[in-house]
Amino acid sequence: MLSVAGLTVRFRHRTGAATAVEDVTMTVARGEIHGLVGESGAGKSTIGAAIMGLLPPAGEIAAGDMRLGDTDLRTLSAAQAHHLRGKRISMIFQDPQTSLDPLMTIGDQLVETILAHEDIPAEAALTRAVDLLEEIGIANARARIRSYPHQFSGGMRQRVVIALALCTNPELIIADEPTTALDVAVQAQVLDLIRKLAETRGIGFILITHDIGVIAQIADRVTVLRDGKVVEQGDTARVLGAPEHPYTKALMAAVPPLDRRLRRFAVPRVEGEAETTDLTAPAREAEDWLMSGAGGGASMGPALDIEAITVRFTGERRGLFGPRESFVALDDVTMSVRPGTVMGLVGESGSGKSTLAKVIAALVHPAAGEMRLDGAALAPMRRRTRKDPSRRVIQMVFQDPYSSLNSRHKVLSILTEPLRLYGLERDEARQDRLARAMLALVGLPAEVADRYPHQFSGGQRQRIAVARALLSRPGLLICDEPTSALDVSIQAQILNLLKELQTKFGLTTLFISHDLAVVRQMSDDITVLKDGKLVETGPSEAFFDGPRHAYSRDLLAQTPTVRFR
Amino acid sequence: MMLARLMQTEGVWLFSRNPAAILAAIVTIVVVAGAVLAPWIAPTNPYDLSSFSLIDGLLPPLWEQGGDPRFLLGTDDQGRDMLSSILYGARLSLIIASVAMGIALVLGVSLGLAAGFFGGRLDAIVMRVADVQLALPAILTALLIDGISRGILPREVHDDLRLAVITLAIALSLWVNFARTARASTFVERNKDYVQAAIMMGQHPLRIMLRHILPNIVGPLLVIATVDLASAILLEATLSFLGVGLPADSPSLGTLIRIGMQYLLSGEWWILWMPTVFLVVLVVSINLLGDFLRDLFNPSLR
Repeated sequence: MLSVAGLTVRFRHRTGAATAVEDVTMTVARGEIHGLVGESGAGKSTIGAAIMGLLPPAGEIAAGDMRLGDTDLRTLSAAQAHHLRGKRISMIFQDPQTSLDPLMTIGDQLVETILAHEDIPAEAALTRAVDLLEEIGIANARARIRSYPHQFSGGMRQRVVIALALCTNPELIIADEPTTALDVAVQAQVLDLIRKLAETRGIGFILITHDIGVIAQIADRVTVLRDGKVVEQGDTARVLGAPEHPYTKALMAAVPPLDRRLRRFAVPRVEGEAETTDLTAPAREAEDWLMSGAGGGASMGPALDIEAITVRFTGERRGLFGPRESFVALDDVTMSVRPGTVMGLVGESGSGKSTLAKVIAALVHPAAGEMRLDGAALAPMRRRTRKDPSRRVIQMVFQDPYSSLNSRHKVLSILTEPLRLYGLERDEARQDRLARAMLALVGLPAEVADRYPHQFSGGQRQRIAVARALLSRPGLLICDEPTSALDVSIQAQILNLLKELQTKFGLTTLFISHDLAVVRQMSDDITVLKDGKLVETGPSEAFFDGPRHAYSRDLLAQTPTVRFR
Repeated sequence: MMLARLMQTEGVWLFSRNPAAILAAIVTIVVVAGAVLAPWIAPTNPYDLSSFSLIDGLLPPLWEQGGDPRFLLGTDDQGRDMLSSILYGARLSLIIASVAMGIALVLGVSLGLAAGFFGGRLDAIVMRVADVQLALPAILTALLIDGISRGILPREVHDDLRLAVITLAIALSLWVNFARTARASTFVERNKDYVQAAIMMGQHPLRIMLRHILPNIVGPLLVIATVDLASAILLEATLSFLGVGLPADSPSLGTLIRIGMQYLLSGEWWILWMPTVFLVVLVVSINLLGDFLRDLFNPSLR
């Protein structure tokens, strides 16, 4: 149905032109789900945009053929292309929050789309819209059609987006990361829906995603892309089950398995990023420095006890004179992290994982409850002074490495800040030397210190963030989704690094993630939160072998796995 | 080396493709240079009574019938060279405007940073004061300060302080812009992880504001500073035009225009038009530069 041959896309920019997609050939048959997978910058979305005829102004198709049925997509006039978009090819975007108009009822949006492409009476369009919503799994569609987007949950909203894409009976739907913004439970439902639509309606899907688990779950065929080129293409089971190309193999090795715990990921060295300098000598120096702070020998992180922590956020006023409704973000949560171990903290978005981390880090004040660090009371936010010793002991690695480092400071000044702040090293030359040594410990060359954060990739930035945390000589490290903004191969490297450092220095670690497979790789114990309440807490291996709680079982079952029967 | 790197930045590249910005920059540089260097490059010194004579009064510009090669833009009724008067006047206008803008910048940014960072009661107080300030037109503020200072200061002291009074008046009507922008940007930055990390580590709030947040919000502030410089020049001209501003013996552009008003319909058009055109060109150029900077710092407008 859709055939793309030799597609090459170039982007002009001020220093010349860059090839974003090179010589890509692929086909999508009726009812087939074709996965496009690759890491950021691989050109996945560019291919989708080129097929849709929605390349940004700087982009141009330099070569190749694109045909949908017997229509040549490259020779269309602007008006024809406009008609074709929506009518024969539709698109589903990543974020259902922004792809619906918040000021129109979903009914109006559906009817508008249908009428834009077909000359039928408005009532007929409305009937069609209701039918569509029912087909898509929205109960009581006749009443719900008058609702606004904000009255639907995230998953329901993504269904409405899919209904919008369906309402003109397209032959091809391009879904660009359709489930990336969704929780696993909702993701599983949306993926089921896509699968069903491909089967019942014979719609061809191009599923663009960075998540190999999603591909493994529903794609019939898959194209693995790297730097705009096709690396490997074929049946999903064959490509992912028995990859031939070294890149695909490396990619598969980097995917954290849900069913077992790896000691470390087999991360092949990426070409072009070869380590030219030997980092072991300075790394040893940083190691010695870290060890010496704990009084030598067997350093061990502190024990952390959380007792009956409750957090309320003040919400909106109901009326002009009404009281503010408060929102309970954490409800009576009690858990403890054993010294020198990793506690995995999992839950869906809104479950309160990050809030708990912020309570411990003194960024959020709890309404009730107590915290203890190695038996001694740990003051909550409003009572924790700037000079409190726990400020140094507790360090955090944030989710987004693009915002956690100040882009106006050089890496060196970012790294030496904790040394100065906590008075760990007063001599400037020593500070400089230690910062560079610490970079070696996290796998970066010393020259890195003289550059600015924006000159690094996400993975490198996260390494810098880890180095900053270590330079406080911490005992308790809080990692808040440290790898969820990273590509899978980079994630594997960072997880390896964190594991290594944790075991070497006996850091007590609170590891927060929405991804159970990642948590399994990292943690000794595990705590599950749901809607601010504790579901269960206990040893990790026992949890993964057979969770006690029904909610945990669902969570486990819905996590996509890369396994083939 | 530094220059070579600067030439490769995106800003320079965008600048080189924006003819309006280039023209505006050239005009601004020429005008500012002319004003700053007035004592050295102006043909005569308009403050020096011995340097001009009534005989040369009301001569038209060089290209008009009866123009005198000594006076490129003609002379006023006292025989003063218009070009020299304008250069000296622009110098005074620019000094007042820059100092006023500087005061407004420091005051507004400090208050805005603190309000945005601490929030709560401090934020409420600062912003309500700003709202009140915003409800008063700039000219009214200036007239008010001038009036009060006239009332409480002895006459001689007031005359000596006229320059300070007008500068303060302009600064007071401009600080709100800086405060609001700084506060809004600080709110955004405050919730970013690098600031959260700094708070968590227990760094001093002053250090977080100045070392971490401030460098990240200078972009929009720079744009406002540029546009406000133009506003300050205009405001000073308006006040001087109304006679609130500077005394006639040290004329700024506004004073020159006020004096020129008397000749509006008399046939000696240049006495009014030369300083007016000069003022318009200067303000438009600075505003165009401000527009360019705004586009530069707002990628979504590119």
